[in-house]
Amino acid sequence: MTSALGKDLLGLEFLSSEQIRLILDTAEPFKEISERSIKKVPALRGSTIVNLFFENSTRTRISFEFAEKRLSADTVNVSASGSSVQKGETLVDTARNLEAMRIDMVVIRHSASGAAQFLAERIESNVINAGDGTHEHPTQGLLDLLTLRDHLGDLTGKRVCICGDVLHSRVARSNIWGLKHVGAEVAVCGPRSLLPNAIEEFGVTVFERIEEAIEWADALNVLRLQLERMTAGYIPSSREYNRVFGVSRERLERAPRDILILHPGPMNRGVEIDSDVADGPHSVILHQVTNGVAIRMAVLYLLAGGRPELAEAAKGGRP
Amino acid sequence: MADEIVELNEGTDNLVIVGIQRRGVQLARQICALIEDSENARILLGSLDITLYRDDLQTIGPRPVVGATDIPWGIDGRNVVIVDDVLYTGRTVRAALDELADFGRPARIALAVLIDRGGRELPIQPDVVGKKVEVEAGGRVDVLVEDLDGRTAVVITDAERDDER
Repeated sequence: MTSALGKDLLGLEFLSSEQIRLILDTAEPFKEISERSIKKVPALRGSTIVNLFFENSTRTRISFEFAEKRLSADTVNVSASGSSVQKGETLVDTARNLEAMRIDMVVIRHSASGAAQFLAERIESNVINAGDGTHEHPTQGLLDLLTLRDHLGDLTGKRVCICGDVLHSRVARSNIWGLKHVGAEVAVCGPRSLLPNAIEEFGVTVFERIEEAIEWADALNVLRLQLERMTAGYIPSSREYNRVFGVSRERLERAPRDILILHPGPMNRGVEIDSDVADGPHSVILHQVTNGVAIRMAVLYLLAGGRPELAEAAKGGRP
Repeated sequence: MADEIVELNEGTDNLVIVGIQRRGVQLARQICALIEDSENARILLGSLDITLYRDDLQTIGPRPVVGATDIPWGIDGRNVVIVDDVLYTGRTVRAALDELADFGRPARIALAVLIDRGGRELPIQPDVVGKKVEVEAGGRVDVLVEDLDGRTAVVITDAERDDER
């Protein structure tokens, strides 16, 4: 039961560039479905999908839910609060119990890096990683690639700088892998305390000053300062962070070319990004959100079906 | 076929032509051009990709490339003619009917195909047929069009022998 993507989507690191292009190309026709007055196709009719969210999320959970519903799947949302997780049930037990109710896919978000893979190895359903700790958030990486491609065309040789809190960011990791797979040049920019040790080994350029990044880049992917994950003093204050690393209109006006501005949300306006940039002409932040639904539809569609053992049984039936 | 479609529709009023991806789209474009030429009228031309409406996703798996569906205007109350290259089992047309229903409620839907090769698995029949050919279950019928294949031809391959008719 392997689809073109395998059983699960856990991260972009081990996908091939062909697989990434397949997902992006498949997402194109799905954009149109969300523009119809009846926003629904029957492709996943009869599939049951559980959205297992152990961490808070608005955008990603709703985006997945729209994607599932627009493909006619049946969905159930489980969050950690208000479920038996609070009574101490383990992740595997929760998933096995869900599986015993005959589900087809699990979309999981968890604060532990590797949680999605841990689950994927233990259940038969397809698993989609919707963000695991500081590891990966593959559908976010893919929707960023799609948005960049919509605006910049072929991404080979295009320069994308990921700015800010790279250390805590699974979005950063998925972006780095994805961008490198499609041949883009990748840089990161942020205070050293918020960049992982040996980040250069990812094969990325490191800018210590936001001005250098703006001078170099075709696009900036501005990350949220994840204050909730910062247990130690990584930065002196968010005001100071804004003064030194904030993406402001004044800084962008000095850029040698128009720079596309992406942000995975939720934004801290006035910290990593100023309001007039977030709402400005170069911002594609809401386009990212629109593309998110199409990308998730493409991933769900590609992971569903394609079960050779069923095809064998149905042999003789022609398409 | 273009003339028959106009006759069937009793003119070009309210006529909408929708091709099924991919060869049907090319044929629909040609038919549309012929009608516009002979009737001196503008005809609405759309395209439909039925991949997401197939009944075999669970078994065959996803098609690698899903094409574009482009029906930018309402089809309520219009006369829609679906155009495809080859009519075989009828399952593609079944999917196209389902998909059209999600775009509105046409006054009437008709089906025009270049080749009817028999072998239906559903109660679906064409209204306009270019040519009817009996081909056995193992055989293939491929319609080639200039834009995609570099030449215009119909290639029929029987189960046993290769044979271009």
